[in-house]
Amino acid sequence: MTWDQMQELMWPATAETLQMVGVATVFTVLLGLPLGLLLVLTDRGGALQNVLLNRVIGVIVNVGRSLPFIILMVALQTFTRTVVGTSIGWQAASVPLTIGAIPFFARLVETSVREVDGGLLEAVHSMGGGTWTTVRKVLLPESLPALVSSVTTTIIALIGFSAMAGTVGGGGLGTLAVQYGYQRFETTFMWVIVAELVVIVMAIQLIGDILVRRLTHRDQATGVTRLLRSRRDQTVEDEELVLPH
Amino acid sequence: MITTKDLTKVYRSRGREVTALDGVDLHVREGEVYGVVGTSGAGKSTLIRCVNMLERPTSGTVTVDGLELTGLPGQEHRAGRDLREARRRIGMVFQHFNLLASRTVQQNVELPLEIMGLDRTQRRRKAAELLDLVGLADKARNYPSQLSGGQKQRVGIARALAGDPKVLLSDEATSALDPETTRSILALLRDLNRQLGLTVLLITHEMDVIKSVCDSAALMRGGKVVESGELTELLATENSELARELFPLGEFGHGRPGNTVLEITFQGDTSAQPFVSQLARTYQVDINILGAAVEHIAGRMVGRMRVELPGGHQDNVVPIGFLREQGLQVDVVNEANGAVA
Repeated sequence: MTWDQMQELMWPATAETLQMVGVATVFTVLLGLPLGLLLVLTDRGGALQNVLLNRVIGVIVNVGRSLPFIILMVALQTFTRTVVGTSIGWQAASVPLTIGAIPFFARLVETSVREVDGGLLEAVHSMGGGTWTTVRKVLLPESLPALVSSVTTTIIALIGFSAMAGTVGGGGLGTLAVQYGYQRFETTFMWVIVAELVVIVMAIQLIGDILVRRLTHRDQATGVTRLLRSRRDQTVEDEELVLPH
Repeated sequence: MITTKDLTKVYRSRGREVTALDGVDLHVREGEVYGVVGTSGAGKSTLIRCVNMLERPTSGTVTVDGLELTGLPGQEHRAGRDLREARRRIGMVFQHFNLLASRTVQQNVELPLEIMGLDRTQRRRKAAELLDLVGLADKARNYPSQLSGGQKQRVGIARALAGDPKVLLSDEATSALDPETTRSILALLRDLNRQLGLTVLLITHEMDVIKSVCDSAALMRGGKVVESGELTELLATENSELARELFPLGEFGHGRPGNTVLEITFQGDTSAQPFVSQLARTYQVDINILGAAVEHIAGRMVGRMRVELPGGHQDNVVPIGFLREQGLQVDVVNEANGAVA
């Protein structure tokens, strides 16, 4: 297999993967974020305390998380067809990807939002803010770095899931790797695809980390990072002393 | 301005009941700084949270500026519209500042203004005014993580004043600060109280806070108010526990057995009178001064002195009467064990 042949196959497959992961991410965030918030708010001591609802959502989320993706994909075939009109191709694959990722993301949202200091909610209550205000002005903005980091983790998990979409004709890089590398013994091509996936995952992680760092305004550095940072600051100061003005 | 009547708060968890407030009556007058002091677990934190209904009392009433807050609908975690409106007129500052890390100083001060529905220009103007008032105009664009504790609390105070409240609640506002910063924050509270006519209800575990800013104080223990009143009155009250805590005489001598030991408290003008020499001249008694201290409490000069007179109590009825006539508060200390009789 020549490099040109590989490229001809790789780029459309890359586009498919990015499309299905992109669409799935958008819908996962749109649906998983409110679900995660609901898990926090309906919990005991929450603003919308409703123990029964909380239990029900919790069970649904747990069931959703424990289903193997392959089974979910097959089980959802009829549903997928009614939603997107087909059960093959990247459009069809994005439906089970979304459904599979929502509970995963919702739990991450729950954890992130729980990290917000209860004192902040109390402060907003003392200003006369209601539940919606606390969500909009405190819970979401204060947990934004953690939420962005959750989205990063979810996208990467989705890329992993998307490889399995090939088994039901979902397309994408995963399908390609299985078809050529596994079934036709094009080992080199398989490794090229794996390398590409690694690069994509690393790039997404990097972008996510940069965003998180930009969004974080509190001093979260601990241990080694704090040590390094303080040392670096010190060096800068030393240089400033030496530099002629 | 703030009145609580027979306020009770009982926490129930797993079948056990804990009474945090046990029939608290509090009366804070308009324009005063009122301090509630007590050890941790005395219920003072619950009390201040009941004033703006962050905690709903089990029974009793809370009235702030003529409005009975206990009558407004809402559950523990969800306040009704009327209660939320009422809270906008009650500022609150917290021990751990509770500033939003994701917002700049200015945006933090703007938060309550956003809740009130002010537009951008109004919010900016008001926030700038408030930051100027607390002396942080130059930090508007900084994030809380870049500020010191004292500066954070100033932001907290500016934020609490955003709704032009008549009442400011302070929940251990200086407990996380060092002594010097504590003094500057207390001075700021005092200034705001005078400049804006702000009524301040603060809770603290430090007597120094009461001593330096409060007009009135209440001592809480086991969910009950044990003692309360104006500081000047309390100091004039015999055997007042608060007065003793506010103005401890420390390890003064107890005198010789058989003699009478007096504790004399004097305030304001009386401190200018040379009563010791008058007493000595008039009654020809030898007065031994065991110890004395003068302090500023609630903006007034207050002094306390422990003196020893020869002879038992019966021998000194007339001199004691003389001192009381001078407007002095005289406590007779039991010579056997040094306790106040």
